[in-house]
Amino acid sequence: MTDGMTTATLTINGEDRTVVFPTHHTLLEVLREECALTGTKHGCELGECGTCTVLIEGKPVLSCLVLAVEVVGQKVETVEGMKTGNELHPLQSCFADMGAAQCGYCTPGILMAAQALLEANDSPTEAEIREALSGNICRCTGYNKIIQAVAWAGAKMRGDLNYRPSDEDIFGADIPEGVTRG
Amino acid sequence: MAKQNSSHELKGQSLGAKKQNLNLIGKPYRRVDGESKVTGGTIFADDYQAPRTCFMRLVRSTVPHATIKSIDTTKAAKMPGVLGFLTGREMPIPFGILPVSHDEHALCIDKVRFVGDPVVAVAALTEDQAAEAALVVEVEYTPLATVASVVEAIKEKDDLIQDYGDDGNIHKRVSMEFGDVDAGFEDADVILEDDFFFEGNTHLPMEQHATVAIPEPDGKVTLYSSTQTPHYLHRSLTKVLELPASHIRVIAAPNGGGFGGKSDPFNHEVAAAKMALKLGRPVKIGLNREEVFYCHRGRHQVQGYIRTGFKKDGSITAQHLKTALDGGAYGSYGVASTYYTGALQTVTYKLPKYRFESLRAFTNKPPCGPKRGHGTPQPRFGFETHLDKAAHKLGIDPADIRLNNLVEPNTVTANYLKIGTIGLRKCIEAVIEGSGWRERYGKLPEGRGLGLACSSYLSGAGLPIYWNHMPHSGVQIKLDRSGGVAVFCGETEIGQGSDTVLAACVAEVLGINLKDIRLCVADTDLTPVDLGSYSSRVTLMVGNAAIQAAERAKEMIAKAVAKKLEVPPSRLGFADRRVFDVENPETGMDWPEAVIAAESEFGTLGTTGSYTPPRSPGRYRGAGVGPSPAYSYSACVLEVEVDVHTGMYEVKEVWMGHDVGQCINAASVMGQIEGSIYMGLGEATMEEMVYRRLPKNRSNALVHKFPSMLEYKNPTFLDMPKMTSYVIEDPDPNGPFGAKEVGQGPLLPMMPALANAIFDAVGVRIDQVPIGPHMVLDALEKKARGQNPRFGPKAFPTYDFGTPLNVPTEAEGGDGKATNVEDAGLRKDRGTMPEHKKGGARS
Repeated sequence: MTDGMTTATLTINGEDRTVVFPTHHTLLEVLREECALTGTKHGCELGECGTCTVLIEGKPVLSCLVLAVEVVGQKVETVEGMKTGNELHPLQSCFADMGAAQCGYCTPGILMAAQALLEANDSPTEAEIREALSGNICRCTGYNKIIQAVAWAGAKMRGDLNYRPSDEDIFGADIPEGVTRG
Repeated sequence: MAKQNSSHELKGQSLGAKKQNLNLIGKPYRRVDGESKVTGGTIFADDYQAPRTCFMRLVRSTVPHATIKSIDTTKAAKMPGVLGFLTGREMPIPFGILPVSHDEHALCIDKVRFVGDPVVAVAALTEDQAAEAALVVEVEYTPLATVASVVEAIKEKDDLIQDYGDDGNIHKRVSMEFGDVDAGFEDADVILEDDFFFEGNTHLPMEQHATVAIPEPDGKVTLYSSTQTPHYLHRSLTKVLELPASHIRVIAAPNGGGFGGKSDPFNHEVAAAKMALKLGRPVKIGLNREEVFYCHRGRHQVQGYIRTGFKKDGSITAQHLKTALDGGAYGSYGVASTYYTGALQTVTYKLPKYRFESLRAFTNKPPCGPKRGHGTPQPRFGFETHLDKAAHKLGIDPADIRLNNLVEPNTVTANYLKIGTIGLRKCIEAVIEGSGWRERYGKLPEGRGLGLACSSYLSGAGLPIYWNHMPHSGVQIKLDRSGGVAVFCGETEIGQGSDTVLAACVAEVLGINLKDIRLCVADTDLTPVDLGSYSSRVTLMVGNAAIQAAERAKEMIAKAVAKKLEVPPSRLGFADRRVFDVENPETGMDWPEAVIAAESEFGTLGTTGSYTPPRSPGRYRGAGVGPSPAYSYSACVLEVEVDVHTGMYEVKEVWMGHDVGQCINAASVMGQIEGSIYMGLGEATMEEMVYRRLPKNRSNALVHKFPSMLEYKNPTFLDMPKMTSYVIEDPDPNGPFGAKEVGQGPLLPMMPALANAIFDAVGVRIDQVPIGPHMVLDALEKKARGQNPRFGPKAFPTYDFGTPLNVPTEAEGGDGKATNVEDAGLRKDRGTMPEHKKGGARS
């Protein structure tokens, strides 16, 4: 572009990075193109789909609607920062076990929104989960597995290690009595 | 010793898999790509970064139908960072997914056919620079008359959108009759007829299409692309670029959702490859969301007419179905889509005589193609709402009219489709039990209602897209002394879990862990051909090929281990990463030791597996669409609450029974069922591709009403009702471990189930989807005025379909062949476009 470039230090997943980028570029573009953090995805670049959600100071934000220059000095978190060492975050392991990620394209954004929810409230009701994630579109799952995975991760985070999603959400409902056998 | 898949915490196994004594199949295990997808580690096409990459943008037509008068890139060439341009003249050879409709060019040459048709490609150092330059490319157009609908397409005889087709702007015309349909109607006690309308909609995958093309040092070119069909893209590139297929490598990146929308070879893919070869550096193009709407290939808008004869007991004597498809500007899969709007009417309920007439019109809109359910949801909506009306007319419960007329297993339908297993009875029984249908249907308070609908879908198309005698799917396995097993297959992961199915089938046969397997998939240089992720074919076809390859490896290992252990090979078991004597399980060896024994005995180890579907009995023209190795079945009950004052309604609960044959991965099967319910509900309630003509003083262009995600309504977390799913396992002998499809079938009954539920709730018929509250209100107002309480289309467009192709049914002594090929005009050289037209196919 013909307009100016900015040199700035961004704090991403607890790491300071000094990057040079076109001043008009969004945080989404700078994360993907300058920082090679391609875990954050784009689905519309117009704030309609939630796919590019990241956390800024712990709050979910659409990175396609924020300029990178706006977040200098603030803490940015992306999906790449979720693991501790090589250990998956409870949300990540529950999503993987439930099959809550199918194509996986919306998953990083949903994980970010869910992380913000669980950090504020590790025992959310189903209605609270639905509301917290309602800005994120997923075309694969029908949402149920995501809701169950978030509830399960919340249980892990509050120390309830015996919690499991119901068999109905894994295998389907029991076949009712009287259905033709064989 | 590592336990089977210890990384997952969920226990249990599906009943069918327990019955078969399977180790891994039927459990809810973590997908092989599960961890990479939750860490941001999966590399989608647009995530791929190659050194020296430049960026490409397409200049797209701003008018719906015009000849191209001039293209001027002078100004654009002076813009900063610009590296080069391409126009259509540099890629004159046409391509397309079906051999009978190679009607697309990478960039338009002489004319444009819809708003969004690409005309010029621009490459620049950065994406911004390419976009800026694209804005100043000047294209002058001479407008042509535009066609906005099927009715206009029938009328417009002068400005034809394409220079081929069956009749003017009619791309494809189909007329066929299976058995003596008139006699069937004579036998009927009651004859019903209905008109219905299904608005088109789109896939809306979360990932926007992207392609990276990389020229190789030896003159070859490699493409990473978000495609569901790398093999067909490979063929198209070979044709247009005029390079040997062995000089082009296509790698399908994992798709961020496909749903059929990435099944065609696309202009941007071909143009990126050409640009990379021209500039000698990697070229990336990522489409924006508006462009994804222009790629489309989504659900055809269909108007239909259905007429059926019933006996008093609800059995069907004959059916006549007419469908009119609005195809958009290009062929795409349209010829197949046209046949699909009729082919699967016969596979659920006994339909002894059947007439099918259909047309697909070219219009100046983005091309329609295959979306989840490909051509079958529209007639299924017509049939299942029609059946509901018949049940009421005849005084039969809608569940019973279905249960009493189910197709029998191991029979051949009137249109010569071979039915194997059919678990539909169990699906219906499960959802009517679960929903309390018998106690509640017709008895809920005003405003509350239940609706039932059923459906069926293919587990893979019986024939390939281009005629050949080669396998539809191939798998190669390489084993070595490490105990590692490398599995090579052309299958394409689009989110449905196909990588996991491939690995699981191999792991099950060899008794090893998923983590012992390294996959190499969807790479035309390295992997055996698989035709692609479409028609719900992957689980069945790849699964069978994988089992064959794994069984051959198992046989070699068993021979070598048997020799060492001095027991007959038939007595060896393979489980828990061990090969052992089943009569004396302590005698055996660990998996790597067993592979070492085999490598010592036979040398370098490798096996292959192939799958080709069984031959179908139909021998008439059009018989290629509809056959499948196995049909899945679904039944749905849906509960709705309607506000009689506003027409607003809310879906309260959905019960879905799906006959999957056998679960391969329980968690994935449930994900596919719930995802299908979701997408079906979107189609039933809100999703639609609507176009409008701008006023004359504003170009008169025919444009999308909604080329954005915000305007294209689709269900969110807050819109989904409670879902109760029943996984019916009725193993099919043609399926791997008995598995059938699950990715598309459960979408199909959602739309008619909603319309039927609205009738139960408030007594009005909505013969159209998506169902808007205003339609319900309109029908309620008609009901209050004593008029026909219905909202739906008026009469089917007037059109002469010509003499039908007559195919006597098996019951009438038919042999699958048509009896009047000449009369039906099928031998005349017209209509379909041979693959060699305009430049010729290279093989």
